[in-house]
Amino acid sequence: MYKECQIRIPSGCAIAAVISRKGEKMPGNLIKEAMVPMHERSNGLGGGFAGYGIYPEYRDFYAFHLFYIDRSIRKDCETFLKEHFEIIKAEVIPTRKIPSITNEPEIWRYFLSPLTFMLKSLQLDEKEFVARAVMHINTGMNGAYVFSSGKNMGTFKAVGYPEDVGDFYRLEEYEGYAWTAHGRYPTNTPGWWGGAHPFTLLDYSVVHNGEISSYDANRRFIEMFGYKCTLMTDTEVITYILDHLLRVQGLTLREAASVIAAPFWSTIEREKDISLREKYTYLRMLFPSLLITGPFSIILGFTGGLMALNDRLKLRSMVIGEKDDRVFIASEEAAIRKMEPDVRNVRAPEGGEPVIIKVENGAY
Amino acid sequence: MQINAKDLDHRQINDRIRDVRESVLIDGCLGQRFIAAGMSGKDIVITGTPGNALGAYLNGAVITVMGNAQDAVGDTMNEGSIIVHGNIGDAAGYAMRGGSIFVKGDAGYRAGIHMKEYEDKIPVIVIGGRAGSFLGEYQAGGIIIVLNLWEREKKIIGSFPCTGMHGGKMFLRSDPEDIVFPEQVTARPALKEDLLMIRSHVLKFSELFHTDAEEIMKGTFTVITPDSSNPYKQMYVQN
Repeated sequence: MYKECQIRIPSGCAIAAVISRKGEKMPGNLIKEAMVPMHERSNGLGGGFAGYGIYPEYRDFYAFHLFYIDRSIRKDCETFLKEHFEIIKAEVIPTRKIPSITNEPEIWRYFLSPLTFMLKSLQLDEKEFVARAVMHINTGMNGAYVFSSGKNMGTFKAVGYPEDVGDFYRLEEYEGYAWTAHGRYPTNTPGWWGGAHPFTLLDYSVVHNGEISSYDANRRFIEMFGYKCTLMTDTEVITYILDHLLRVQGLTLREAASVIAAPFWSTIEREKDISLREKYTYLRMLFPSLLITGPFSIILGFTGGLMALNDRLKLRSMVIGEKDDRVFIASEEAAIRKMEPDVRNVRAPEGGEPVIIKVENGAY
Repeated sequence: MQINAKDLDHRQINDRIRDVRESVLIDGCLGQRFIAAGMSGKDIVITGTPGNALGAYLNGAVITVMGNAQDAVGDTMNEGSIIVHGNIGDAAGYAMRGGSIFVKGDAGYRAGIHMKEYEDKIPVIVIGGRAGSFLGEYQAGGIIIVLNLWEREKKIIGSFPCTGMHGGKMFLRSDPEDIVFPEQVTARPALKEDLLMIRSHVLKFSELFHTDAEEIMKGTFTVITPDSSNPYKQMYVQN
């Protein structure tokens, strides 16, 4: 079996999301159904979902989801986890045997709390400590891969069509206030379980449709800050860029959006608001290597919200609709209408225009 | 004849349309692509949301969508009409070479990209609302008309219109001042003889969507044509 980055296949994708502004819970099969009308956007080589608010009883602990290729690497990895975290709970993630999903690795879930003395001795804040642990496993332990590491959220992904991946992971048994989904049509790398979307770090998750042409420039820059791109897929680098800009650099979502989908210089020159013009110029000068070029439509999930963003030329489709407290995002309107036939205010955001939806009053 | 599109994929839908001699109603579409691709001589009405590439390579059939349509409507169509009562997604009329597309609402990005014409084959796109960025990108022929009848908050078109345009005509029902055009095109107020060219299309639009053609024609129109003495160079690489 080829893993990502052992072969490159030159060659579209489907994304969807839903969020309740009131923080009300929705079962995972809602988002799974949205992927059905977009079946042809995937080719069966990857599907996945991220659910937010799905682990309320363990909300204070980092929920790690891991793939292991065999038992021995699991033992090694668990030893590492025990040295760095208190393991509140360890279990196999429940799955359903279905003919369309095969060759599954061992799939485990851990609820973890960083060991306080480790944090103190390393002088790290908790999130940085966790991010480093994820990087350590994903780059240093061959055959183990952390594919989800946030609090009160979880990613579920596999090789297969997204609808089947949803059935495989029994998504209907989870309830979340926000969900994102992805159907993969890999263009550069073979489909491997780790290479399916969403890509995550801590509570950030990214689903992406497109193919960025700035991958290597972005990767070289971001790897200077301790991130390691192990999978040679462009979505991984987008995830790390957003983590770096939002968590480490402390930018707002809008600022981060105007770094990665920066307005053209010609657009900046015409901006009438001087403070905005200066801000865009400043951000472009400061983070030139984090400009993402080429087609993309992405949905970023984070604790309490979602952000949808297109590349500035809008080379991929993305549609947004609303009904009551719910906001829907998808590559195609049909997917939204599958979730909510009576959706209102259907619109397509402009290229480079971030659409940010947050759960009101922190009700998540 | 009525086809219930629920649980049918695009191939099954198209097979059933082919079996129908003339008019057909496709009910409850949800994302099925390529509907009526390459077809001629049919009158097709669609409810629900048809998928991408609706009426691709259309060769004479008439398609009416009661709601919104998605991306790449009328891709490379040759003849016939596509009438959309709602909005239309990106890249409508992609490489269109004949026939007409009428949209009551708004169009997404890149409407009329790569449109072309040859002798009496002159494709037409009429957009009742506004159009997104890159309208008429690489336009090589045909007529694009944007009427801006509904929304007033956003500009009639987005950024970078007519990028790479080297043929055909574009008509915008507005003053040209607010819009930045590339250097290789000429934008000027439409004259009487220019307006004669679009009159029949506006009449057809008004008949389809019950608007007042005379009222529409009274508005100010800007006409954009390529300036052949200053041809298009490049857009994507410099930035």
